[in-house]
Amino acid sequence: MYGALWRILPGPWWLRLLILLVLAAAAVYALFTWVFPWVDLILNPINVTVE
Amino acid sequence: MFGELLVTAGVVILLFLGWQLWWNDAIMAGQQSQAASNQSLKWIEDERAARGDAPPPDPADYGDPVVDTTEYGNADPFAIMYVPRFNSPGTVDSVRTVAEGYGLDVLNSFELGVGHYPETQMPGEVGNFAIAAHRSAYGGGMHEIEQLQLGDGIFIQTKDGWYTYRFRDFEYVTPDAVEVLAPVPHRPELQPSERLITLTTCNPLYSTAERLIAYGVLESWQPLSAGPPAEIAADVARWEQ
Repeated sequence: MYGALWRILPGPWWLRLLILLVLAAAAVYALFTWVFPWVDLILNPINVTVE
Repeated sequence: MFGELLVTAGVVILLFLGWQLWWNDAIMAGQQSQAASNQSLKWIEDERAARGDAPPPDPADYGDPVVDTTEYGNADPFAIMYVPRFNSPGTVDSVRTVAEGYGLDVLNSFELGVGHYPETQMPGEVGNFAIAAHRSAYGGGMHEIEQLQLGDGIFIQTKDGWYTYRFRDFEYVTPDAVEVLAPVPHRPELQPSERLITLTTCNPLYSTAERLIAYGVLESWQPLSAGPPAEIAADVARWEQ
């Protein structure tokens, strides 16, 4: 998976590394901004009350 | 291929935990504090505007604490909680808005964070003013609760005034221990004579197996026109900046 991605990317090794880092940052941003808040609503809530 | 997927899934789950316990927690803590200090200042300004040029009352005239008898709906904000011991260096003061009810719409809100058990008393009332907040994640309004020391101030502000409670003791209970909410905790059959505050949150840190209870006793009350209690006057002045 990641090996294929590495081969598809153009340019010398440092450019490929740069593109990969940008892709990883974009993935983390998407997770933090949209995916995790959505998952959080679905997961069991954290209870803090006595009832 | 399959191994890479599993490793990726593991990294994503760790990222989620980091997001929930630190990233989102820190963002929500900052926003809840900001919203709460703004609400506090708004009540102070409203009172100033309503009083006009009239002089503040004589300290001898404060009398018994004013008890708000308004019927608040779910998630209606009616008080501010400020515990200086909960502040951490390098961040904004940890202030929280107290709203009616303890659903996720209150506890997980970006503006609120602390929920009042509707069946318990109001600030300053004889009996037990019981509130709940997160220990970790969602702004963690009671994250530092275990740092409380005997006599620490627990300051509650409403549209009427400032209620100064002093921390008295901790109790560790199971989540079904509703008797801590009684007007006289654990003795629901007794008539209350003291004005208590009860903080409930989860325990241990990052777990919900138990509840950590912190009790406080009302020490004094003063109307908004008298200004904030001297102990936190500098803090409240800082919120205006």
